[in-house]
Amino acid sequence: MSFKLFSLLVQASVWTIGISVISIALGFLIAIGLSAALLSGKALYRRPAEFFISFFRGVPLLVQLLLIYNLLPFIGLNVPSIVAAIIGMSLCTAAYQAENLRGGFESVPKGLIEAADMAGFSARQVFLRIKVPIALRLTFPALVNEAIMILKSSSLVSVVGIIEITRMAQDLASSTYMPIEIFSSAALIYLVICWAVALAGRYGERSLPGAAK
Amino acid sequence: MIFDPNVILNHLPEIISGTGVTLALWIAGMVLGILIGFVVATLRRYGGRLIDLPLGLAVEVLRGTPFLIQIFLVYYGGPFIGISLDPIPCGLFGLSIYAAAYYSEIFRAGYASVPHGHVEAGECLGLTRFQIIRRILLPEMALIVLPPSVNLAVILLKESAVLSIITVPELTTTVSAIGSQEYAFLEAIFLLAIIYWVIVEAAARLGRLAEARLSTFRFAAS
Repeated sequence: MSFKLFSLLVQASVWTIGISVISIALGFLIAIGLSAALLSGKALYRRPAEFFISFFRGVPLLVQLLLIYNLLPFIGLNVPSIVAAIIGMSLCTAAYQAENLRGGFESVPKGLIEAADMAGFSARQVFLRIKVPIALRLTFPALVNEAIMILKSSSLVSVVGIIEITRMAQDLASSTYMPIEIFSSAALIYLVICWAVALAGRYGERSLPGAAK
Repeated sequence: MIFDPNVILNHLPEIISGTGVTLALWIAGMVLGILIGFVVATLRRYGGRLIDLPLGLAVEVLRGTPFLIQIFLVYYGGPFIGISLDPIPCGLFGLSIYAAAYYSEIFRAGYASVPHGHVEAGECLGLTRFQIIRRILLPEMALIVLPPSVNLAVILLKESAVLSIITVPELTTTVSAIGSQEYAFLEAIFLLAIIYWVIVEAAARLGRLAEARLSTFRFAAS
């Protein structure tokens, strides 16, 4: 396989990485809202959040992407397919991240919160200075895992016609009749990206405050 | 959107058959994945470095690349090395190997969770390695292995939708085809989402039930 073909795949990985990064970031923002709704104790907020999470965790991402891709034009939003893809991926990862964040917030030791109360922290300070840092510390490994899952799942947006690694590989494989070389190269590129994220995650985990040295 | 129930009723046999193919592939892929995964984890534990390294690398590759790419490699690449598989066997092969990689890691963690003293105790009693695995390691790790196994089962069910891309006649393929045939894309995909949702919720509940049963059984036995 020529260098030119390989470099086309590497160029397409910009889309894979871009879609993944944006989806993880957007998903994280949505997940904060969802986890707050889950923990609010009010059924009015909790129930819709539970419904959202159950749906997006219970339906294959491929079906979600097809649904959003078809639904958006139907309700009159003619957005480019890249936007549909990012919306689908963000909503899906938000559901998973929200569950992780909820678990993180619930595992903050009660004693620490009581101690902060005793020390005269306001509710807001307890939240920002105690709960958030500890919950983020606890959920960081899960977030790295989720980022890796999203990187791999982003291969599915090839179905709605976005030329990321997988779609590029498909196009090249059918035009060059070298499917083994091309799909193996694509796999290698995914592998390298996933390893890089895992490595960065481990480094990040160690440098977070409160990490076991 | 006016939901037309006739679209579904007219195609009920196909929808049922698609659901059947999805369920059959899922269960077969899971069973094969558990068997192969268990063998891989056991070989990696007892087979020495020469076996552990290549198997470990294979597991890393399978876990670090998208399922879709793996399926493409088998489906489009297979014929170039003389292995031409129809969509269903190809899908089953891909799903079981993918599952095996993840199950092998679950079993590896399970093996590691059993206190070493228990294995030593078994050795002192003169149990063979096979007996130690069957009588000590497997029962002790069952409770550790079950929750991630249930999670993985649910992931595999959803991952099986990817097989529609190589035209395996499963649920996603069947229902999307009905959607385009009847010009009812949105209805079809909503139906698809609901069917998956119901199966996934049912599978997850069943898994939680099994966990509860197993843990009460363990408490009663100890």
